[in-house]
Amino acid sequence: MLKLLDTMEQARSEVKRVIQDKTLTHSQTVSALAKTAENLLPYPEGTPKEFSEMFDKGIICDLAEGHAPYAPRYILPDYEKFMRQGSKFLRLEPPSDLYEALNSLLIFYRHVPSVTHFPVFMGRIDRLLEPFIQHSDEARALIRGFLIHCDRTFTSSYCHMNLGPEDTKAGRIILDLEAELQHCVPNMTFRYDPTATPDDLAELAVKSALACANPAFAFDPMYVSDFGGEDYGIASCYNGLPIGGGAFSLSRIRLNRIAEQSDSMDDFFRNRLPRAADALCRFIEAKIRFIVEETPFFRSNFLAAEGFIDISRFAGLFGIVGLCECVNHLMKLQGKPAAFGSSEDANQLGVAVMECLQQEVGRFTSAYSAVWDNHFILHAQVGAENDEGVSPGARIAIGSEMPLYDHLRQAGLFHRFFPSGVGDIFPFDTTASRNHAAILDVFKGAFKVGMRYISTYAADSDLVRVTGYLAKRSDVAAYAGGSPALNDTVAGSVESFDKRGILSRKVRSI
Amino acid sequence: MITAPVNKIIDCSVVDGPGNTTAIFFQGCNFNCIYCHNPETINICRNCGSCASSCPTGAISTTPGEKEALWNESLCAGCDNCIKVCPHGSSPKIRNISVDEAVLRVAGNIPFIRGVTCSGGECTLQKEFIVPFFERVRALGLRTLLDSNGSLDFSLEPELMAVTDGVMLDVKSADPLIHLSLTGMSNSIVLKNIDFLAEQQKLIELRIVVADEPGFHSRETVDAVSRRLQASPNGRDAHFRIIAFRPFGVRKQFQSISPPSPRLLRELERIARGNGMKYVSIT
Repeated sequence: MLKLLDTMEQARSEVKRVIQDKTLTHSQTVSALAKTAENLLPYPEGTPKEFSEMFDKGIICDLAEGHAPYAPRYILPDYEKFMRQGSKFLRLEPPSDLYEALNSLLIFYRHVPSVTHFPVFMGRIDRLLEPFIQHSDEARALIRGFLIHCDRTFTSSYCHMNLGPEDTKAGRIILDLEAELQHCVPNMTFRYDPTATPDDLAELAVKSALACANPAFAFDPMYVSDFGGEDYGIASCYNGLPIGGGAFSLSRIRLNRIAEQSDSMDDFFRNRLPRAADALCRFIEAKIRFIVEETPFFRSNFLAAEGFIDISRFAGLFGIVGLCECVNHLMKLQGKPAAFGSSEDANQLGVAVMECLQQEVGRFTSAYSAVWDNHFILHAQVGAENDEGVSPGARIAIGSEMPLYDHLRQAGLFHRFFPSGVGDIFPFDTTASRNHAAILDVFKGAFKVGMRYISTYAADSDLVRVTGYLAKRSDVAAYAGGSPALNDTVAGSVESFDKRGILSRKVRSI
Repeated sequence: MITAPVNKIIDCSVVDGPGNTTAIFFQGCNFNCIYCHNPETINICRNCGSCASSCPTGAISTTPGEKEALWNESLCAGCDNCIKVCPHGSSPKIRNISVDEAVLRVAGNIPFIRGVTCSGGECTLQKEFIVPFFERVRALGLRTLLDSNGSLDFSLEPELMAVTDGVMLDVKSADPLIHLSLTGMSNSIVLKNIDFLAEQQKLIELRIVVADEPGFHSRETVDAVSRRLQASPNGRDAHFRIIAFRPFGVRKQFQSISPPSPRLLRELERIARGNGMKYVSIT
C-alpha cells in the first residue's frame, strides 16, 4: 500500500521527490508521477473495513498496485485475431509478410496497458510469425532486430512471450537467437507437451535456458485442462491466463503472518485464515468493480472495441506468499519439527492449508471473473519489497533445498492449486550444458509428479531468474553502484539479491 | 544373496550416458591406468588401518580379522582424507549392497531418469550382480548401460548382453605395447569388443582420454580406433568422445601431466571426422 497523501503539501513533496530521483530514467519518472497522482484518490468503495488493520499487520498486501486502477493489471490480447484482421484504431491492415507482421506487433505492443505500462503478454510468438517465415536467413535477421527492439523498448522483464508446444521454424530461430542475445526482455515460456513437442526442440529450449535463463518450461496439457481447452497464455512472471482476457487485479495474503498471529491450529484454520481470505476477496472485488464500473476502459479502449479482449475473459487473482514459513510456524505451535520440505508431516499440513484456502476463496462469488465461474484464481506470488523472511508462493525457503528429485516431488504437491501461476527454479552446474537431454528428462519427470512450471539457468549465467522474471547480475551490480538502469525490473532485483538470497540458491550438481 | 562392493551411487548424472541416468560405481578394477581419475576405486580395502588414524571425525574403525575397515557414514565429514592416505588405491567408504537394495534405490529415481549405468572401477567384474540387477531394472522400463574398460569378452557373455542395452567403452590405445604401458594390461579383448559391440549395435559411446604427453600417443590412438570403427558394421554410428586429460584426482606422480592444448583437441576431432565418425565430441 502506498501511503495516502492527505495534504497538498505532501503531494507536492512526493512529486518533487520523484522528479529529483537521479536513479530513474525518464519513462520511470513518468510512471512514478502517474502512480503518485493515482494514489491521491482513496482506495475504491467497497474496500473492507478490516483492510487497513490487516495491511498494517502484514497479512494483506496489495503489491503497490495503486489505489484507483484504470486498466486491468494483466492483459492478454488476442494477437491471432490482430494478425487476421489488423486494427482499425491503429490503422493497420493485416500483415502480408514477416516485416509487416513484426512491425505491426511492435506498434500494437505499445498500446497494451498493464500495471507496469508495458505489455505483459506479447503473444504465442512462434505461431504468430510462422505463416510469414520463408527464407530462414532473412527471417533470422528480421527477428533478431525485433527481439533487440523489444529488449530496449519494453524495458520491464515482466513482458512475456510464449513458444511451443509444436515445432516451428520461427520457434527454432528465436531459441537459437536467445542464447546469443542475452536479453532480460521478453521473459519466455516454452509450453511443453510430450505429444506435440519433439525432443530435439525441447532440448534446444533447455540449451537456451542454461545459457540465458530463457525460456522457462510450462506443462501445456495441465494448463489446457485447467482452462477447459480455452486458449491460455503465460504472462508476466508465470501467470496462466485466458487469451483475449487476463487479470483485473492481483493482491495477496502472507500466510506466514496469519500463522504467526494465530493462537492454535484451530484459530488458524477456523478463524484467521478464513477471515483474511474473505477480506482479500472483498478487496479484490472492490478493485475490479472500480475498473469495470468507474473507469471507461472496457467501454472505450480499442482492445475491447475491436474484440481483442472481452471482459468475460478476465479474472481476479488471489495471491499467496509464505506457505513455507506458515507451515513451519504451525508445526512449531504443535511442538513438531518445522521442516517444510523434508518433513512429510509438514508437507501434508501445507496441502491442508492450501485445501482450506482453496475452499475459502471458492466461497466468494464475484460479480465479475466470468471466465472462472465468478471466482478468483489462486496465484503463488513470487514476492515483493519488504518480503524479508517470506518465501515466494509455495516454494521451500532458499537454504532449505532438498536433493533434486525429493524437491521436485515436494513442489509437485502444490502446483495443482495454482492454475494462474506457480513455479520453481533450479540452477544447474555448468556440466549440464553437456547433456541437454538429461535436463529434459528431469523436467519430464517433474511434470509427471505434478509440477506445472519449472525453470533453470546455468550456475555461471549472467542472466538469472530472480523470482519469475529475469535480471542480469551485471545490471543489478551497476544499479546498486548508483547507475540508472534501462530495465525497470533491475531496481527490485537489488533487494531480492541482497535480502532474499537469490544468488544463494542451491546449484544442482549432476 | 548376491552383493557387490559399491564406491558411490550418483542418482542424477548427465555424464554417464545419453539423458539423465543413475550411475552406480562399483569398487575394483583390473586395469591400473596411469591417468586414472578415481584411483581409489581400483582395489578392495585390505583393512590395513591407515585411514582410521587419519580420520578427523573417527568415522572409520578397523577390527582385526575383518576383511575391510568399517565406515560409519553418519560420522563422516566427507573430507576424503582416508582416500588421500590409502596406500592401496582403495577407500574405506565402500558398501556391499544387494540387488534388492540397488533396485530400490534406482526405482526411487523414477520418473526422473531414463536409465541406469553401471560404472566403476570396472563394472563387468561384478557381472554376477549386474545380470539379475539389469533384469529387474529393465522390468521397471529403464535403459541399461555399462561403462567398461572392455577387458571382458562380451561375445562370450550372452546372459549379460541380453540384459544390456548398450556399452560405453573406454579405449586406452589401439597399440598392444602402448596399452600395456598405460594400463598394465593387454588390449586384445578391448579391440575385439569394439568390433563385436559395433556389430551388435550396442556400442553407445567410445571414449579416449587424450593429452599432448608423448606417452599417450593420442594422435595414433584416435586415428587407429576411428579407422577400426569405420571398418566395423555400424561403427560410425557410435558416439566418439575425445576426453581431455585433467590432472584432478589422478595420482600424485601423474599430476604434472598437462591437459591437452585446444590445438591438439581440434586436430584429433578432425582425424576422427576424417575417418568417417558421425558423432564426435570433445569434453
